[in-house]
Amino acid sequence: MAFSNEQLERYSRHIILKEIGVKGQKRLLNAKVLIIGAGGLGAPAAMYLAAAGVGTIGIADADVVDLSNLQRQVIHSTNDLGKPKVESARETMEAINPDVKVVTYHEFISSYNILNIIKDYDFILDGTDNFPAKFLINDACVMAKKPFCHAGIIRFRGQLMTYVPGAGPCYRCVFKNPPPKDAVPTCKQAGVIGAMAGVIGCLQALEAVKFITGAGELLTGKLLTYDALTNNFHTVKLPAHVADCPVCGDHPTITQLIDYEQAVCELKKD
Amino acid sequence: MKLNIAGNIKEYPEGTTVEQLIAAEKVEMPLYVSVTVNDDFIQTADRQTHVLKDGDTVEFLYFMGGGR
Repeated sequence: MAFSNEQLERYSRHIILKEIGVKGQKRLLNAKVLIIGAGGLGAPAAMYLAAAGVGTIGIADADVVDLSNLQRQVIHSTNDLGKPKVESARETMEAINPDVKVVTYHEFISSYNILNIIKDYDFILDGTDNFPAKFLINDACVMAKKPFCHAGIIRFRGQLMTYVPGAGPCYRCVFKNPPPKDAVPTCKQAGVIGAMAGVIGCLQALEAVKFITGAGELLTGKLLTYDALTNNFHTVKLPAHVADCPVCGDHPTITQLIDYEQAVCELKKD
Repeated sequence: MKLNIAGNIKEYPEGTTVEQLIAAEKVEMPLYVSVTVNDDFIQTADRQTHVLKDGDTVEFLYFMGGGR
């Protein structure tokens, strides 16, 4: 595949980076990334990955754009109120970069559909807002041997880690099981500063770009946390392997996907 | 003894257990926090008996469920 003159210009700031170059940009154009959740995290991740020229971007979300989303979900605008988020996200990504093929999934992710959706992708970003979805994505990616980047945000804090099959711990190694419903507050209950979604969503986009191009080190075997109030980025080293992890350990006891009960306040309204 | 707690060096008495440290550090919702000592997870059931040593690195990993 040869670059057009337009592509050489569009991606010139990537191509000049020795860690990316022509080879890395070609890899990006051939890559397929799935973003689950077209919200706070998914919005900046999708926009930067589209701008970066990731050839195929899948985006999954069952929701429509709501006024309360616009404080942080920068891929949607006021004109998009009431529109399916995946459609609004598709329009923004296609407007940023016509090189990108956007595939939309206007549906809830569950044990019934997730394996079929993730199978076509090289890397997956978790941009969901609830623990049942986060554990489902983790378990599905472990079972299907797909690398993915987990992230979570709340108030002025955020975290992310990247799972690569066979190369480090999974989300369940760290957090075991979803907390009981309403034990740990959601953003809806506790609030979140809009730009935190931007910071952490962009870090997720960087993990995808690094995975695809092979540049630098991934957050594999590490959990990165950011506290905006204290300006503190902190990387916690995790065990390389958790032998008793019920999904990725030596003797897995979770061999089928689990649909945990969704927090009531996060159930689809419409 | 000195402990490295999430990157900050703090002084704690000899014999401090993980459980006591969690209380002293006022960790919110401790049942839903994962703890590592020197990069290894400490099971919730072992918090009362796991005695920290001088120079240990302790991390508290919090659930963050938001994203959309």
